[in-house]
Order: sequence, then C-alpha cells, then structure tokens
Amino acid sequence: MNIHEYQAKEIFRSYNVAVPNSKVAFSVDEAVDAAKELGSSVSVVKAQIHAGGRGNAGGVKIAKNLDEVRDYANEILGKTLVTHQTGPEGKEVKRLLIEEGCDIQNEYYLGLVLDRATSRVVMMGSEEGGTEIEEVAEETPEKIFKEVIDPVTGLTPFQARRLAFNLNIPDELLGKAVKFMMSLYQLFVEKDCSIAEINPLVTTGDGEVLALDAKLNFDDNALFRHKDIVEFRDLDEEDDKEIEASKHDLSYIALDGNIGCMVNGAGLAMATMDIIKHYGGEPANFLDVGGGATAEKVTEAFKIILSDDSVQGILVNIFGGIMKCDVIAEGVVEATKQVGLEIPLVVRLEGTNVELGKKILDESGLNITSADSMADGAEKIVSLVK
Amino acid sequence: MSVFINKDTKVIVQGITGGTALFHTKQMLEYGTQIVGGVTPKKGGTEVEGVPVFNTVDDAVQETGANASVVYVPAPFAADAIMEAVDAELDLVICITEHIPVMDMVKVKRYMEGKKTRLVGPNCPGVITPEECKIGIMPGYIHKKGHIGVVSRSGTLTYEAVHQLSEQGFGQSTAVGIGGDPVNGTDFIDSLKAFNEDPETHAVIMIGEIGGTAEEEAAEWVNDHMDKPVVGFIGGATAPPGKRMGHAGAIISGGKGTADEKIRVMNECGIKVAPTPSDMGDTMIEVLKENGLYDKCKTH
Repeated sequence: MNIHEYQAKEIFRSYNVAVPNSKVAFSVDEAVDAAKELGSSVSVVKAQIHAGGRGNAGGVKIAKNLDEVRDYANEILGKTLVTHQTGPEGKEVKRLLIEEGCDIQNEYYLGLVLDRATSRVVMMGSEEGGTEIEEVAEETPEKIFKEVIDPVTGLTPFQARRLAFNLNIPDELLGKAVKFMMSLYQLFVEKDCSIAEINPLVTTGDGEVLALDAKLNFDDNALFRHKDIVEFRDLDEEDDKEIEASKHDLSYIALDGNIGCMVNGAGLAMATMDIIKHYGGEPANFLDVGGGATAEKVTEAFKIILSDDSVQGILVNIFGGIMKCDVIAEGVVEATKQVGLEIPLVVRLEGTNVELGKKILDESGLNITSADSMADGAEKIVSLVK
Repeated sequence: MSVFINKDTKVIVQGITGGTALFHTKQMLEYGTQIVGGVTPKKGGTEVEGVPVFNTVDDAVQETGANASVVYVPAPFAADAIMEAVDAELDLVICITEHIPVMDMVKVKRYMEGKKTRLVGPNCPGVITPEECKIGIMPGYIHKKGHIGVVSRSGTLTYEAVHQLSEQGFGQSTAVGIGGDPVNGTDFIDSLKAFNEDPETHAVIMIGEIGGTAEEEAAEWVNDHMDKPVVGFIGGATAPPGKRMGHAGAIISGGKGTADEKIRVMNECGIKVAPTPSDMGDTMIEVLKENGLYDKCKTH
C-alpha cells in the first residue's frame, strides 16, 4: 500500500525521524493559512500524489511570500500531473503539502528495502541525493553504500556510523545522522514497510539532518496488524475496478488492452496475458480469482471485467486443481445472466470436474466459444476481437 | 528415487482442524501420503480423518516419528508454526499458507540459520513425487511417475506444465513448488542440485516469473554445474513495471526482474526457454530428442 508524503512525514515525526515543519492543505485558503502558521520566510508548495517525479512536472514550487503561496496553490490544486510514474493519463492533485523552506547544504539519498538475495533488510545510501537511485546504480554503482541488517540486532550504531562516514556526512552532524538512520529502521520494521525512501535527505545551514522528501510503501500482507496505516489509504489514487476487486479479495490489475482475462493462479494469469500478446492481442487486465473461489466470487470478477468499457472480448483460462471447473462455469453463467454479454467469450477449462463445467456452459445457451488449450483459447479470442 | 519426499515420508499437518487443511488432508490420504498426525493447539487428544491431533509439533513428532510437516496455519500465525517445526528438527517443512508478512519471513530465515530443516514455500502448492507421496494442494491425478523434474514459482503454471508432460507420455520424478513470495525457503538452485543428484531424474523444467534475480542465478548455476538438460519458462513478459502481479514477489522494480533479462540469461546458459506457456511440454520433448533422452523419459 502507498501513502502520501505528508502522511509518511507524520509517521516520521512519531518516530523522531527529523522532517521540516509542514502542514497538509485541501484548498487554496488552507494552503495560505498553513503558510501563515508555519511563519517561515520561504514556503514550499508540494503536490501530493502517489507518484515520483513531481518536481519536473511542475508539482513543487517555492513561494517567497503568502501571495505566491496562494498563486501556486491555485495553480497546482486540481491540475493533472503527468510524471514518469503516473502513466500518460496523469494524476489530479487534490492535496498539497505546505512546508517551511530550509537552507540546504548537501543532498543525500537514503533508503531501506528488502534484499531478496540475503532475505534481509538493507539500508542504502548515496551522496548523489536528488537523483533517481536506479540511475546512480546504473551509472556509478560505486557511489551506493549498503548495510545488510541482521533482524536479531536491528541496525547497529556502528553500521549507521559507517554508512554516514561513507556518505561524507560532516563529523559534527554524525550523531544526528546515526539517530536518524536508527529511528528510520525502527519505523520500517515496526510498521512493516516494504520500501522507505528519502530522496533527498539533507543537511542544513543550521546543523540539522532532515528528510526533505519521504516515501513509504507498506507490505499489504501485514496491514491486518496496522489499522493506523490502513486509515491513510487514499481511494482517489486507485483504479475504481481495482478497489472493487479488493473488496471481493480478488487480485486485479487494470491494463491498457481490450481482451479481458479471468484466470486462477497468479502465474497462470501472467502467462495468459503473455500468450494473448503472443498471438497479437492486448490484455485489458490481470485477474487471479484465487484457488478457493466460489461461484459468487467468479460472478463479481466477471462483472468487474465487463465494467471496463475498453474490453471487447473475454478469455477465461482455468486449470482447476482445488478450484473446480463447474464452480467457474456456474459463476460465468450467473454473471452473464445478471449483466448480459454482448462481446465474444472464449473459455478454456482443464482439470478438476472439467466435463461437468463444460456441460454447464453448453446447456446455458450462451454464445461461448470453447478452447482446448491456452494457445487455442488465446488464438480464438484474438481473432474474435479483431 | 525422487527428491525431498518419497513413499517413506511421514507427514504431520499443522493447523489440521482448519477447513482448507481438513479438505487437503483427506485428499493427501486418498493419494496415499502417510499422514501420521496433526497439530492444533488445544485440540490435542482428538482425532480428525482418523489422524491423531496433538497440541504441539514436539508431541506429534515424539508420538508418530514424523519427519516432515505441512503448514496450513493462517498467515498471521504461520511464521511461528514454521519455527515450531524447525525447532522440532523435522527434515522438511512445506508451507502452503499465502500472505505471510515479509518481515515475519525475514525472522524465520534468520531463525533457520544453522538448523537442519529444509523449508519449501511459503505461498506454494507443495511437493509431489507421483504415485508415492503428495504434500500440498496440487491435483494429484494429473501427475504420472517418471523422469522429468519440475520446479516452479507458480502453482497453476506447474499444473499446466505437468499436464502437458503427462498428456504426451512423460512422467515426473518430483514436482517442487517453491512459491511466489520474495523471501522463501528452498530456491531454484537447491531444487536443481537435488534433481542433478537424483538418478531417476533425467531432465528438468524450471518455471519462473518476473521479479528478483533467482532465475538468473539458477541459470548461471546450471551453466556451471548441471549435468542434465534444463528447459525453462518465464511468466510475466507483458507485465507493467512497478505493479505486483498477484504474487508478492512478482514485481519489476528499478528495471530489475524483467522477463526479457531472465530469458536472455537462461538462453546464454544453455536453457531452452518455451516461447509460450502452451509450449512447455513440446520444448521439453524437443530437448529430450536432442539429448537422446526421449526413449529413456517416455513412460506411458
């Protein structure tokens, strides 16, 4: 799960991870009030969307007085920002962060991620603050320093010191940098983060070590023990169909194509997208109905696919193991009864109760094309949609 | 022969009184797996499906002589269940449970350091040695006894591969589902090593997907150490970057973990990669012919 920068900074404050003073604003007036309250000579007006690259897209402005705060807030609120992470359709700005300006001496990168190779959390730092870390890793990998963290001890002070020295953080700020890193690690583990990224981390003229930006992602599997984090969810930032799917515990991701897919199992669902593309089609979605889906769940899944206007045909690909083919067939028939079906539907069933499933579809009187294999199904749906 | 499990494997089911576990316990018993006990705290002394239930893994192991366990315990408690099985010094723990928090698995992996237990999973379909022992949730009837080793990050794609092989007359030695999570136990290399040492396995199919670099590392290992032909498939060539495709581990991040890169490295290391998931069986047959193994592997 993603959250906004201002929400991440709230969490930072609660863990004593230093951030500049700031306030969230949902309107232009609130933005001006926030700047007034902060009382700094310079304020930064920052668009709050779940995507990076806001600065380059005109979503971050430095205001030298309250009039400028008003102007920039007016300009950014309601604007659709297109960055390299939003996709071409962009994202509309509905929230602003008003932050006091600070006297930046140096910019660094600091991040925490899971390292799959070691099965441990790794803290990464670089002196190349402000640049995308992927870019640094590509061009100057020697400028990235890593500390692999033992979950028993957590990040140790010597590791934090070593990282700070490697980043050339001035000696007089070493203590603050170490405290910053250790608090950040504690937050990361206690809140079950999947990514924490601070880019840039800055040192300031008045001797502070501050997180100027803050990005936190959370492990969806751990949200059951973090009700406070779940409250930060912003549905405006999510696809409507993905929200609906998550209500029914379906794994759905919207894509750009016109062939809807319904599959059981994540691996098979990905492979189904691949084979559609192989035969010259474009998948409209990833959808894994899971192993233990009921007819009702299948019905909901089918409705979600049909609610996508760009869908011109549907491929159902089921390898029934635990999931029984007759359950899938019942769900498909029920869904088409409820919402109607005016586009081509190709169904490939294999595995447990396959004959029963095929019989249910045959007797339904629906216009369904059956397929003998994944390849056959993909070929058929692609030619029917063209 | 086979890898990891065989007809002598004695299995306990952790979380046996839950709905899913009960269903699959029945299925495993029908398949012929030696399910010797179950564990559910506070249900000790009872019996389900004719199987005695114990309060702790320790009790179950002492009473039954089990050497393997399968975990169906719900995600919030699954990591603890794995550690309990490791503490009881079982040879093998297979964790079916999905949605375990990553931080829990980081702790489990640390806890397992220096201990003897092998973990398979979590978030996996299990392991099956056809006609001998089935531990997990896979449909048993699609598997036939034979000489092809199967190792995969995905459950249903494993079924797809096994089905294609069985349909064309090529049985399997063992099929290992290593699971779709970013932090797991047994990996591709562990499984390939075991298949390489197994005299009954003559060729292996490894099924990977986007995310991480496990396939690339396994391909390098195959290049350096594997004596038997390996065929591959990678799911997710069309997945957009930055999105988790169902499995927690299936995500392209920072340009790493793409299908193209995995396929490139696998090809370089002499692994023939099936162009589509429908071609996994045919690609294996081609490679068997090339290596003069067709007749040796044709089982029915």
